[in-house]
Amino acid sequence: MSLDLVSPDDLQALSVTLQLAALTTVLLILLGTPLAWWLARTQSRWRAIIEAVVALPLVLPPTVLGFYLLLMMGPNGPLADFSLAFTFGGLVLGSMVYSLPFVVQPLRDSFAAVGEQPLEAAACLGAGPLDRFRSVVLPLARPGYVTAAVLGFAHTLGEFGVVLMIGGNIPGETRVLSIAVYEHVEVLDYARAHLLSAGLLLLSFALLLMVYASGFGRRVTP
Amino acid sequence: METRLRKGDFDLRLAFEAPETGFTAVFGASGCGKTTLLRVIAGLEPGAQGRVSIGGETWMGDGIFLPTHRRMVGYVFQQPSLFVHLNVADNLAFGMRRRHALGIGPTFDHVVDLLGLQAMLQRRVPGLSGGERQRVAIAQALLSNPRLLLMDEPLAALDQGSRLVLLPYLEALQRALDIPVLYVSHALDEVARLTDFMLLLRDGRLLARGPVNDLLTRLDLPLAHGGEAEAVIQARVAVRDAPDHLSELVFSGGRLWVPRVALATGTAVRLRILARDVSLAQQPLFGSSILNSFPVVVSGLADDGPAQVMVRLSAGDAMLLTRVTRRSQRALSITPGSRLYAQVKSVALLA
Repeated sequence: MSLDLVSPDDLQALSVTLQLAALTTVLLILLGTPLAWWLARTQSRWRAIIEAVVALPLVLPPTVLGFYLLLMMGPNGPLADFSLAFTFGGLVLGSMVYSLPFVVQPLRDSFAAVGEQPLEAAACLGAGPLDRFRSVVLPLARPGYVTAAVLGFAHTLGEFGVVLMIGGNIPGETRVLSIAVYEHVEVLDYARAHLLSAGLLLLSFALLLMVYASGFGRRVTP
Repeated sequence: METRLRKGDFDLRLAFEAPETGFTAVFGASGCGKTTLLRVIAGLEPGAQGRVSIGGETWMGDGIFLPTHRRMVGYVFQQPSLFVHLNVADNLAFGMRRRHALGIGPTFDHVVDLLGLQAMLQRRVPGLSGGERQRVAIAQALLSNPRLLLMDEPLAALDQGSRLVLLPYLEALQRALDIPVLYVSHALDEVARLTDFMLLLRDGRLLARGPVNDLLTRLDLPLAHGGEAEAVIQARVAVRDAPDHLSELVFSGGRLWVPRVALATGTAVRLRILARDVSLAQQPLFGSSILNSFPVVVSGLADDGPAQVMVRLSAGDAMLLTRVTRRSQRALSITPGSRLYAQVKSVALLA
């Protein structure tokens, strides 16, 4: 393989993919934090239902997910006014749904592992609710955040079905790596497909290795 | 304070006032509501009703429910709960930083000194032993400048060795603190050593409150009927270096000799005398190996099983307990008002 195998189109797909994964991860961490906090601590009977909804993307075929997202974004859907279909913004929304459990579940588990006692102790020492979250929960839940970020990012990198349904294949906008690989294979350009696939494989492996080898994935135990 | 709280099938109903300073024991069997009481005071039980006010400041009641972080309370949990992501110094500073502006609390150096923490300030929490953690937790609570310190069986989770190391620190605290302390315990020896006043709980209700020795020797309360029935008396070192390597102590009912103490003459001491170490005689004993004997008046009798009675004795202002058989009771015709001599086989110096 030589360097000219990497076409400008593929580089663009790589760039779109990385931007999509980064933005999705950041947004999911921000929005997933309150959701995971609620799931970790609530006694509400809604909890089981919300847990199931959060876990759905783990088991649903991405095409099913994409199909319903497409309907929602379509001219008669509730999200029609935002004209998200076949745009980068739409892809971000779809990726957030698709990767939701990969971010929310590690956060929820790490919040649950913090337990009640450090929070009560902090309250007795004069820390209010936000202060407790910032100075006790965040540092203790850090392994959960690292796991959530890496899993969310890596999972979004590999997205295919949802993109196919709602993003299409617009270069520079919605054409991501997995779609590019699919295209190369369709026209029997195995060398290019191989290069992108191997790159994605190595990148994903490196990310996961980082989590597990650094010990971040393990909990700080008292 | 008074409070009501229902939690499952547990029902806590209490009303009491406790002294403004000093250690007050909250004593009772497991499950009687001791810990729940502390949690209500700290604001950690959202379902609690009633009223909690500390030195004229209302924390709960009159439509007020101050959240925990707004109550100036120090809480030492049974399981030492330090922040594992911070080192010892940062743990100590946690509450101090947040409440520093609110009043003049004890200084960092003073508290560190009181609990002997100088050498471990830079250490990390996972490397500390249970006893060390509890000392740090106590210091952490004190440095948050509380108006009331709650201690929930701080020694219960420790092994016997660590308990013995920590007790002297608690005694030092007892002498140094000028805030009220509620000290939960179900160990009578801790209560006798550390506290002056006691709230006796049973099944979520207050059974009795009063000075520790009054409750220990009240024949209508369960404390005077266990195998560990005991009395605590206040005494003073009269002669430290008495002959034969003894020290002479005086209390309001007489004098006692104990193996030489390491305390200066004039020091106030607390003595514990178990009911089983006291016997009665009609005359002062001669020709006995028992050294300590003094006149007493019987101030009460209560059944203690089919063969025995528990006898409450006054010696000056001090109260003692002893258990005698009914046969001895008849032989010595022990009734309220009888004048007898107590022989004390063993006296434990508490502090």
